[in-house]
Amino acid sequence: MENLVNIFVKSIFVDNMIFAYFLGMCSYLAVSKTVKTSTGLGLAVVFVLGITVPINYLIHNYVLKEGALTWISPQYADVDLSFLSFILFIAVIASMVQLVEMVIEKFSPTLYSNLGIFLPLIAVNCSILGGSLFMQERAYNTLAEATVFGLGSGVGWFLAIIGIAAIREKIRYSNVPAPLRGLGITFIITGLMGIAFMGFMGIKL
Amino acid sequence: MSQDREPLFSSKNMKLLREPLDDSNPITVQVLGICSALAITVKLEPSVVMALSVVFVMGVSNVVVSLLRTKIPPRIRIIVQLTVIASLVILVDEFLAAFAYEVSKQLSVFVGLIITNCIIMGRLEAFALSNKPWPSFLDGIGNAAGYGLILVIVGFVRELFGSGTIWGYQVVPEPAYSAGYVDNGLFILPPMALVTVGIIIWVQRYRNRKLIEEQQS
Repeated sequence: MENLVNIFVKSIFVDNMIFAYFLGMCSYLAVSKTVKTSTGLGLAVVFVLGITVPINYLIHNYVLKEGALTWISPQYADVDLSFLSFILFIAVIASMVQLVEMVIEKFSPTLYSNLGIFLPLIAVNCSILGGSLFMQERAYNTLAEATVFGLGSGVGWFLAIIGIAAIREKIRYSNVPAPLRGLGITFIITGLMGIAFMGFMGIKL
Repeated sequence: MSQDREPLFSSKNMKLLREPLDDSNPITVQVLGICSALAITVKLEPSVVMALSVVFVMGVSNVVVSLLRTKIPPRIRIIVQLTVIASLVILVDEFLAAFAYEVSKQLSVFVGLIITNCIIMGRLEAFALSNKPWPSFLDGIGNAAGYGLILVIVGFVRELFGSGTIWGYQVVPEPAYSAGYVDNGLFILPPMALVTVGIIIWVQRYRNRKLIEEQQS
């Protein structure tokens, strides 16, 4: 249990998707103009990361990893399919996004109208594939750990985009040098927020 | 193909190649492909390897998608494009692991993340799906080069100030260190990559005034 909390906190603050790895920057920069839309996208990311990372964890451990196929028959013990991981992970993500979209549309129209347009965008959000690849690289031991890692990364991304959106709403009233307006200042602010987040480095529960 | 009517390197085609280097640079103007651009630019060498990989993937995938453009049903085009890109990226990944193992270790997951690099999907959607193979190829190469250019600049700056080396060779002379010069460790950390790109954008827009954004953005 302690271990899970540790992974959760670490993936939110220390290994933050945006500030430490720059994942999902494209939509982060494009959508963060107002807090309201950022909330929608942020929630969608948390949601999709929380689903795809555990699924890809199962695929990695029961299909792709070296010796993962032994549950079918011991003679597959030295089959190593991990070179297929990119293509399988992205297929899982693209189809999960589609599936999640349909399920939400059916059961919760309000949530759907909030997330609606953002869900398809998420298939190509690097933070989603990044979450799965980091899960593979760091070799988490249990399904629970992988799930918590996925959720934590999503929450970290959520926090980052809300923060930058709030700052961008305010910065509209300040006198930014013309060439720096818009994109330039957003980059520099993100850098400064990243420096602040570095203060969390080394936290261990 | 278009060669019947216009020469292979007509001015229109050259424009496809040249424009992304400055006026419509994928990173600083179109805001595509930032994700992988920043994380691997601590040193010059991985930046160059990354830039070359993206040139390869973009050039080939633009041609493939452009050849298939009449065959792909529009509803499933995203998955088809992702499959094309992912297969190429697997090639790059295996190639790097075989011939440049050290660099491939440094790049770690970021080779895989070329798949979701928005610049590739973005150009496929915006250009290759509605154009012939040869212009698509030039567009892909041009955009990847514009992306690579920024990558190399950021990698150069960060390695020079962060470790005092370029391509692993010591550039800052020894006497400077004994006189009290210290490498700026902040440049190695992620936030400085963002600030560096911010400054590049600043300089570019200062020189190229038409790129300046309106106040209400």
